[in-house]
Amino acid sequence: MPSKDTQVPITSALDIVSARQKGRALAQDLGFEGAEVTLIMAAISEVSRNIVEYARSGEIIFQPVTNNSKRGLCIVARDHGPGIADVERAMQFGYSTRRGLGVGLPGAKLLMDEFDVESKVGVGTTITMRKWVRQNAVHS
Amino acid sequence: MRVPILKQRSYLIATIQSALSDDDLMQLRDDLSERVGQYRSRGVIIDVTALDVIDSFATRTLRTIAHMLKLRGADSVIVGIQPDVAFTMVQLGLTLEGIGTALDLEEGLAYLDHQNQRTISHAK
Repeated sequence: MPSKDTQVPITSALDIVSARQKGRALAQDLGFEGAEVTLIMAAISEVSRNIVEYARSGEIIFQPVTNNSKRGLCIVARDHGPGIADVERAMQFGYSTRRGLGVGLPGAKLLMDEFDVESKVGVGTTITMRKWVRQNAVHS
Repeated sequence: MRVPILKQRSYLIATIQSALSDDDLMQLRDDLSERVGQYRSRGVIIDVTALDVIDSFATRTLRTIAHMLKLRGADSVIVGIQPDVAFTMVQLGLTLEGIGTALDLEEGLAYLDHQNQRTISHAK
């Protein structure tokens, strides 16, 4: 499958809706169903809002991925904002340096299959997360 | 897009349309708080049937709205949370503590009637 990237720039809270809708369309195309699509949209929402809240601008990049027979969606949230000084702490539930619920990043991690944060203070943050399409059980 | 607010008896009904932005939610908060005073409403139904995702920001704002309206003397009830949306909220650990929820508009109205009856009987 030729991998085709889709990029959604995030510059305001309005773009969170666009990123979510793009994510839903791509997830459905890839074969995700029902609740899984909702989980992916919620994860996109949380990482996009993180960009708007802390970095002001950035982008969400969608990439269909394959691993042997598995198909999935890779979502990269990238910004050149202030960076996260203490990633471990930012990944804890209930921790927020703003008025948030402290659910965003740890929540998104819970919703996805793979989740990775790379951040450098003064340089920016890149979050890479993947979810794989659940394969139907094969009955023999 | 601004959320339309309808008046039904002594209640207000806000029906949220699909893609809701942060600003729309905040506008809804301000609109409802004002209308509750304008119409002397005792209860507010927020219908989220069309929402395909409720994230942490939306949860926090819905909680804020309900608590604000309570301070203005009106009970709130959120109706129409879809199964997949509910599942995702549970996964995220998001709760609507202290806020009424009901299956749909009809149940929401019944909920508010019940709340109001309690308030009236307590006052006697």
